[in-house]
Amino acid sequence: MIKVERLTRKYGDFTAVNDISFVARPGRVTGFLGPNGAGKTTAMRVMVGLSAPTSGTATIGGHLYADIPNPGLHVGVLLDASAQHAGRTGREVLMLSAKTMGLPGKRVDEMLELVSLSPSEAKRRVRNYSLGMRQRLGIAHALLGDPQILILDEPANGLDPAGIRWMRGLLSGYAERGGTVLLSSHLLNEVQLIADDIVMIGQGRIVAQGTPESLISGSGTFVKAVEAAQLVEALKRDGIETRVVGDGFLTDAETLQVGKVAAANQITLVELRPADGSLEDLFLELTADHQRDDFTRGLA
Amino acid sequence: MSATLAAPGLIDISATKKVPFTRLVGVELRKMADTRAGLWLLILIAAVTALIVTIFFLVSDADDRTFLNFMGATATPQGFLLPVLGILLITSEWGQRTGLTTFALTPSRSRIIWAKVAAALVLGFAAIVVAIGVAALATVVGGADDAWANIGLDDFAKFGLLQVSGVLQGLAFGLIFLNSAAAIVTFFILPTAFSIVASLWSALKDIAPWIDLGTSQVPLFSGVNLTGEEWGQVGTSSLIWIVLPFAVGLWRVLRAEVK
Repeated sequence: MIKVERLTRKYGDFTAVNDISFVARPGRVTGFLGPNGAGKTTAMRVMVGLSAPTSGTATIGGHLYADIPNPGLHVGVLLDASAQHAGRTGREVLMLSAKTMGLPGKRVDEMLELVSLSPSEAKRRVRNYSLGMRQRLGIAHALLGDPQILILDEPANGLDPAGIRWMRGLLSGYAERGGTVLLSSHLLNEVQLIADDIVMIGQGRIVAQGTPESLISGSGTFVKAVEAAQLVEALKRDGIETRVVGDGFLTDAETLQVGKVAAANQITLVELRPADGSLEDLFLELTADHQRDDFTRGLA
Repeated sequence: MSATLAAPGLIDISATKKVPFTRLVGVELRKMADTRAGLWLLILIAAVTALIVTIFFLVSDADDRTFLNFMGATATPQGFLLPVLGILLITSEWGQRTGLTTFALTPSRSRIIWAKVAAALVLGFAAIVVAIGVAALATVVGGADDAWANIGLDDFAKFGLLQVSGVLQGLAFGLIFLNSAAAIVTFFILPTAFSIVASLWSALKDIAPWIDLGTSQVPLFSGVNLTGEEWGQVGTSSLIWIVLPFAVGLWRVLRAEVK
């Protein structure tokens, strides 16, 4: 279990992580989702003691990371797959950590096999690795000490679709055996594929959390009309607020309610449906204020 | 997941032992030799040591071919290379960003730094042993008649002090810059810069032995006995160029973020 409580990390005036709280539970894969620069990496760095929190705490299995003796045996960490000495072979990278943790070389070979790095690839220097191979090496590294908890920053970055499917199998199997997985991603589809729980973060704040299903349900109605401006007006008179999404609008109201307003005002609807199954809209919507690019530019 | 879960979500760490310091030192030694750059630096130190003794053997007069002269000849080239070794032991963690892994596996950063100090000292002593071995070999092969005369423990101690202080200065410079190029360049231009400034500013020249390591260490090379004042000068200049940058660098590493 990873427990983050009211965690804040500031750099001067800039607040990278702003009062976030969440729990990543054992037996589940928790996806830490947010656009680039949202504070995911900073939060993870604080969890493993590489950055000090400005306030708040992060505990791993009930302990501060720094208090865990030989932490590699309890917590597998992958923060940046490219942060390896370019001149070392893949196998040597794992050997150094295995030696530190006190593990036999056999364990290194097992992990290389698990992530499908062949013996000849393992003998190559990391400088010659593709990003995908570095990620596999990083995942092998995180699993080396047979930890109960995994903290992975953008582990799917650079993996091809087959690689992502492989990782999904690996991590869900790991979680089924009782492990806790926290993985970050800026790609919604990736998280939707892999995670059991989602923690969504934007500009250092948590904007939503829950299971993918709970995040989708209750997300309101999507509506598109010929007389768009009139519809917005009419809905507003009934106390229903709208937000522009694409070339339509999102409201918190039920479809029936929106339909009735449209009928009463003789407005021609071209689309009326519950805000749909893809978390995408929600993701874009929730992070709209926090995005570098303005995705939600529409009619109004 | 070999350890059992104590309570839902809690992990039992009571059976896990701390990583012993000797293991950390072993890993640091391995890091020095497992890249091409590191391995070649170690080979270079041994090769240059052998080469300088050979050159000295060929160009010196027969009477000068004493063990102490052979050993002394190795001090300068080793004095250039051992600090580089010390610098790289520290800076590679930052330059190659392996510090992310190192400090995640060992959250106590001071333990890693002290393990690096221990590893550097092991390598420094190994270099001294190589120097002594090569010098002895040269002496056996073609030393002067009294080649083994007047060798005291203090000769080894002074030679050892020179080499070890070189390694430690490298570590200190590595710690304060956390960047290989900056640390190496500064290490090599500082003595020159100091002598230029000292030549322009006579007040500095007068106190040079107290504040300049290059000046204060000259008696250590020359095989004479140091006076109390000279030992004091070795002490103060070492304080300025080794202890102080090491302390400041360590202080910063313990507080700064690992990027």
